[in-house]
Amino acid sequence: MVTVVDYGIGNVFSVRNVFEKLGVRTELTSDSNKIINADHLILPGVGAFSVGMENLTKANLVEPVKEFVKKGNPFLGICLGMQMLLDKSYEFGEFQGLGLIEGTVERIQIPRSKDSSKYKIPHIGWSEIEATSEGQNWTGTILEQTQSTDSFYFVHSYSVRTKKPENLLATAMYGDFPIQAAISNENIFGVQFHPEKSGNFGFKVLNSFLNI
Amino acid sequence: MRKVRIIPRLDIKGPNLIKGIHLEGLRVIGNPYDFAKQYYEEGADELIYMDIVASLYNRNNLTDIVEKTAKDIFVPLTVGGGVRSPEDANKLLKVGADKIAINTAAIKNPALISELARIYGSQCVVVSIEAKKDPKTGSWEAYTDNGREHTEKDVIRWAQEAEELGAGELLITSVDNEGTGKGFDFELIETISKKVEIPIIASGGMGSNEDFIKVVNDAHADAVAIADMLHYKKTSIPSIRDFALSNTVNVRQF
Repeated sequence: MVTVVDYGIGNVFSVRNVFEKLGVRTELTSDSNKIINADHLILPGVGAFSVGMENLTKANLVEPVKEFVKKGNPFLGICLGMQMLLDKSYEFGEFQGLGLIEGTVERIQIPRSKDSSKYKIPHIGWSEIEATSEGQNWTGTILEQTQSTDSFYFVHSYSVRTKKPENLLATAMYGDFPIQAAISNENIFGVQFHPEKSGNFGFKVLNSFLNI
Repeated sequence: MRKVRIIPRLDIKGPNLIKGIHLEGLRVIGNPYDFAKQYYEEGADELIYMDIVASLYNRNNLTDIVEKTAKDIFVPLTVGGGVRSPEDANKLLKVGADKIAINTAAIKNPALISELARIYGSQCVVVSIEAKKDPKTGSWEAYTDNGREHTEKDVIRWAQEAEELGAGELLITSVDNEGTGKGFDFELIETISKKVEIPIIASGGMGSNEDFIKVVNDAHADAVAIADMLHYKKTSIPSIRDFALSNTVNVRQF
């Protein structure tokens, strides 16, 4: 069973729906015991970083999420749920994150070029992702079944910057700006894109997550 | 290069997919779910459902259609028509909508844009603008209720205001060209593109695959909404995609 953290943020209809199509039951919960003892845990989320952290804190779920992670079972943060894994974010101020992966969350900055005006913010749409030379191999990760021609649906204005290159699984180029599309640290995974909205390519990611 | 999004737009009345000209003279085309599913399978990047009489009454029906569709469609779904409050938006988001399009309610109460953006995030808020050109002045006026009601709002200024209030995207429909197949209002799309930073979805009037290229290259649309050309099978998503790729417009490989 896949457990989805319920902290009042994020549209969980689709992500649950994908797992159900994959034949796996899901449970949406804010019960700390259920979260700590989950098999697979998903932290969804859209919207502002500070609001996400505030809600997670108010629901008393920061420690249960960290405790789950310590146990070593697979964890996946999606979009804002990925960004909250980092140390801090500079979205509308400076806010502390969960600190499960070293790094920060910063606004996308498209370097000026002759067609940079085509690259709007928020970044909304499909992008291919690619492995990086210093980053992790995809074998045994959520990208096990992914090919470098697969594209995914992104919608965000901020992007993560991991401190250690080995935490980076995949990037997506948006103009000349490299977006960190997928990150990981042992059993912890985060994706900036929405696998639940990325058609069959997304199914492969969530299916790989189940196989971890 | 960024990938331009191909977005089938399904206008809905009651249980039916419908199509009109200038957003009027509606004709029933079929079951929206069947069309949506086919478009998804052919590689649509997103879908738009617009309930065109929702502002009047009985919206349960739309909720049912959205839920049924969202269960089998794994790309973003924008739903609009009659959303007047965060509660209305919430009902649709709960059954699988990813973004909410607002027009009439935003014109009457622009603060609704900020309120929805604060609660659900800007990425969730699509401000839909129905634009009609005034031939005398050459400027565009925003309309509501499917191009029937004047607002006296200047479209360009309204687009900028919507952006400032927190809209994540703008859906720009030319009421003049909608359903005519004579091409998009390229000038309208280009003018707005130059004035706002957020993504623009061009809608209304596509009559050929060439129009798709033109609205992207000349008018700088970030996404293109297509209705009757797809519903009446005058083109198809694979055909648009191939045509775009062979004309150096980047779209998603599928």
